[in-house]
Amino acid sequence: MDRQVTVTIDGRQTSVPADMTVLEAAATVGLHVPRLCYHPRLTPPAVCRLCVVEWEGARTLVPACVARVRDGAVIHTDSERVRRARRTILELLHSAVDLGEAPEILALGEAIGADPHRFADGERRAFPVYEDNPFYVRDYDKCVLCWRCVQACGDDMQFTYALSLGRRGFHTHIATFFGAPMPETTCVFCGNCVGVCPTGALKGLEEYLLEQGVPAERLWEEKQRFRPSAEA
Amino acid sequence: MAHAHEPDVSDILARWREHGRSGLLPCLIEAQERHGWLSPALCAQIGRALRVPLADVYGVASFYSLLYTEPVGRYVVRLCDDVTCYGHGSAPLADVCRAALGVEPGQTSPDGLVTFELHPCLGYCERAPCLMINAHVYGPLGAQGAQELLGRLRAGEPLPHTAHADPAPPPAFSLEGEGMLLARVGRVDPSSLADYEAHGGYLGLREALRRTPAQVVEAVKASGLTGRGGAAFPTGIKWESAARQPAEPKYVVCNADESEPGTFKDRLLMEADPFAVLEGMTIAAYAVGASRGYIYVRGEFHAAHRRLAGAVAAAREAGYLGERILGTDFTFDVELRRGAGAYVCGEETALFESIEGKRGMPRQKPPFPTEQGLFGRPTVINNVETLANVPLILARGPAWFRSTGPQQAPGPKLFCLSGAVARPGVYEATMNVALRELVERAIPREEIRAVLVGGAAGTFLAPDQLDTPATPDGLSTVGAALGSGALIVVGGSADMLAVVERITRFFAHESCGKCYPCQLGTYRQWEIVRRWQGGRRRPDDVERLHDVAHAMREASICGLGQTAANALLSALAWLNGPEKPEGTHGSAGDGDH
Repeated sequence: MDRQVTVTIDGRQTSVPADMTVLEAAATVGLHVPRLCYHPRLTPPAVCRLCVVEWEGARTLVPACVARVRDGAVIHTDSERVRRARRTILELLHSAVDLGEAPEILALGEAIGADPHRFADGERRAFPVYEDNPFYVRDYDKCVLCWRCVQACGDDMQFTYALSLGRRGFHTHIATFFGAPMPETTCVFCGNCVGVCPTGALKGLEEYLLEQGVPAERLWEEKQRFRPSAEA
Repeated sequence: MAHAHEPDVSDILARWREHGRSGLLPCLIEAQERHGWLSPALCAQIGRALRVPLADVYGVASFYSLLYTEPVGRYVVRLCDDVTCYGHGSAPLADVCRAALGVEPGQTSPDGLVTFELHPCLGYCERAPCLMINAHVYGPLGAQGAQELLGRLRAGEPLPHTAHADPAPPPAFSLEGEGMLLARVGRVDPSSLADYEAHGGYLGLREALRRTPAQVVEAVKASGLTGRGGAAFPTGIKWESAARQPAEPKYVVCNADESEPGTFKDRLLMEADPFAVLEGMTIAAYAVGASRGYIYVRGEFHAAHRRLAGAVAAAREAGYLGERILGTDFTFDVELRRGAGAYVCGEETALFESIEGKRGMPRQKPPFPTEQGLFGRPTVINNVETLANVPLILARGPAWFRSTGPQQAPGPKLFCLSGAVARPGVYEATMNVALRELVERAIPREEIRAVLVGGAAGTFLAPDQLDTPATPDGLSTVGAALGSGALIVVGGSADMLAVVERITRFFAHESCGKCYPCQLGTYRQWEIVRRWQGGRRRPDDVERLHDVAHAMREASICGLGQTAANALLSALAWLNGPEKPEGTHGSAGDGDH
């Protein structure tokens, strides 16, 4: 689309193509809107809501990753209304998920003054670490449900469809068919899900084993347990 | 994975195969009805037949609360434990059920006979306290009645349900004369198309077909009809927007997923005047140029579903649906779909996802349904009551409709009265009626502590706030909105904290989990309220609740998250008031925690 529109973002006026998202338009004036689930290679699911911005005249905040600019729009990416929502979402995330290997999310929280312990009296999501294949492990205590792995496995990259979301609400989780181990699913072990995971919930097996203290010279031996057994 | 006995569902698959993924939820529901639960083997069969990835089949099956991915008893007993039924003693009744069944909530008896569940609002509030055994509703139930009923179930004796005759619809009252929307209710045989016609049925459609589609849109615009599902959007403007879209085909969807706690007016219309809903849909389809319609009926509404199915068949037979309706070149047909236990599917885009065979998670708007709705096509989605108004507008004229009730919100409106009242039911009035009048018509059984207006997504009003009219402007002066039209009267003897706990539990249970503020916020606010029930408050609790509310209200994708804190925040006045000092809330009358 060639049509240009003029928008004002944090007081800076800019002329951008009409099909641009707010996220992209903000970048043209040097503004980086915080985001988590967004990934440039994937369809934005707009689930984390960290990129919400205040659009004058709109009833609620709008997600910058999918909202398209309109001529004359006046947008605030860092107002107190925005910061309060963003800060609270990060505090809630801290209370449910292990963000220890998600430095970008931790930095976002620090920058906005989120207290990691504010909701620490709440239940955390807890799962076993799934070590069921020779290539990667799944440690869903660290999963923020950004959907990237599901999308990479499905329509956005690999068209393998081994993953979906299971259950709902707080108990939503990344699921295979009835929790089947990866080798029993359609997974082709392409590694795309591991590549797009932002929190270390998905990790190469070798990296995981090294972290667990397995000496490098024993890695090969460790991985033998995933060899298909003779009778299988 | 153990592949036990794999039941034959080939007939079900054959019927739905051509629908592809859109046949997923119907297949899961029907397969479960046959087998009791959805085993991996059953789900795999369904996925292969419909060409749906197996992970997605599991994702859908595990999303809906009426579907089971683990074995359950032959009988599933669901005791409603929501706000209305709580006020009628569902907590002590839960103890009775537990003792009679020998099963704890959420558990199945070792012999596999029965599973017992505490359930969010079942939508049969006029029968509070009520429970369902499989597809049958029982209520109001006292301790003795429950003991007897569940004793029979345990002993393997036949249950006193009427397998084929449908139970009576909720009581209906009109504040003026015979009513408009209620004019036929109780007077017409809902199974008879001829009787519907004899009572003025299909005059509206005949009138519509004498006009151009654009004139029909104009008439509905001129009537001032606004949506009766909760959002109160002008119906005519919605239709106009869909009519303008060039893309084909277009759809009309009837949102019959009525799930707001305390709300049962749509069920009344479906059970007692189902042809009116169909007629309204048919007129909508003609106006916007749609060739196909869906009615998505709440999964718990078995009688309503049967009534509508009968009505669709009769209308098709008589030429009110199908090709060349009433001799014109207008063609339209309707398919019925059932929900499977998900409040969020009342949200229009989540409902589309559900029909499309996906998890019922809302979409980010825009695009709006009139541009890209069901299957990505222009779609008009209207609530049952909204559609039932449409034949009236065509038959009696938009000017008549506009002159009925207040200018801002004309036409008849159905209100659902339940809770601490002697005469629960559906009340027809116009929207200038004062809330107090509605409450008094339903005859309060005791002193009123509060009225919850709009259901779980609504607002608690104090007794001195009830003189406000039910118009949008009137209600906004007291910080409320009519929403679905539910008015739940909370009596003086109720424990307000226990009421609020149920509301917060409801949202935690019903959040779809898609966006973070709602997925996490609904759970945290429930936890905080539960701690209060245990007498433990933190000094920063109220501030935390306000921040959670802000995040949900401002940043959630859909109306569920945006309204999930309303009732709780409005209840703080009661929970912090002098009548209930901090930390003194035991849960004596609240047997389930």
